[in-house]
Amino acid sequence: MKGSIIILFFFVIGLFTGIYDLLPEHFLQNDYSMYALYLLMFLVGIGIGSNKKTLNLIRSVNFKILLVPLSVITGTYIGVSIFALLQDNLSLIDSLAVGSGFGYYSLSSVLISEVSGDMLGVIALLSNITREIITLLLTPVFARYFGKLAPISSGGATAMDTTLPVITKYIGSDYAIISVFSGVVLTILVPFLIAIIL
Amino acid sequence: MITVLVLMTFGILIGWFLHKKEKILKISSELTNWAIYLLLFLLGLSVGTNEEILSNFDKIGYQSIMITVFAVLGSVLVSWLTYILFFKKDER
Repeated sequence: MKGSIIILFFFVIGLFTGIYDLLPEHFLQNDYSMYALYLLMFLVGIGIGSNKKTLNLIRSVNFKILLVPLSVITGTYIGVSIFALLQDNLSLIDSLAVGSGFGYYSLSSVLISEVSGDMLGVIALLSNITREIITLLLTPVFARYFGKLAPISSGGATAMDTTLPVITKYIGSDYAIISVFSGVVLTILVPFLIAIIL
Repeated sequence: MITVLVLMTFGILIGWFLHKKEKILKISSELTNWAIYLLLFLLGLSVGTNEEILSNFDKIGYQSIMITVFAVLGSVLVSWLTYILFFKKDER
């Protein structure tokens, strides 16, 4: 949660810097973000590849545990498709792309804004932060009425770190491995799914 | 977009080989944070200079929350089904 606040803080600082014209014009015209994004994706890759948790988790793969992230993806896509049908501001493609963040808002927002513009990038940022907040707040409700996979599913990619403590508190630590597994798989898939969709 | 995926895959392979080099990994994870901060700052910056987004911020916020409600509901319901079909019987 501390990490989320710092990230939001940087976004807000940028926002006000932009609104009050605090930076010289030529700075704005250069597109630094593309290079920063390249660097970020490379570093994210290193993080995933070197994570011992990931390596151990791959060994624990079986059919049943794979169903968990698969359910998250299927359910999210069904949900956002229904959303896309009910209004006409966001197209189906845009809605699917935003949904593909699975709560991983830092990465999904910068990726999406690079391809589809800042408007959709902001929606991805706010939407995926909301996913984390909903999970933190409603995990007890989900766990009680919709089974032990529900909080993991709501958490999406965040089920491996930021929402893991609250999730294991309500569904028990024997489901912690499944939660981390699902979160890791979704985290790795986020950039690929966004790339395929957009 | 392809460049982005290639770079990430390349990173995963390098990360795999470096997974015992704690010092390099620490620097890499610190750099990751700063790259994220920089990018979010830049996103904020271009949003801050974009009149269209600023004047519609309430609408954008509402849409963002609604799409998430649908995303979460969908995934919670599908995983409920998965839980009942494949996981519940193994408990007790």
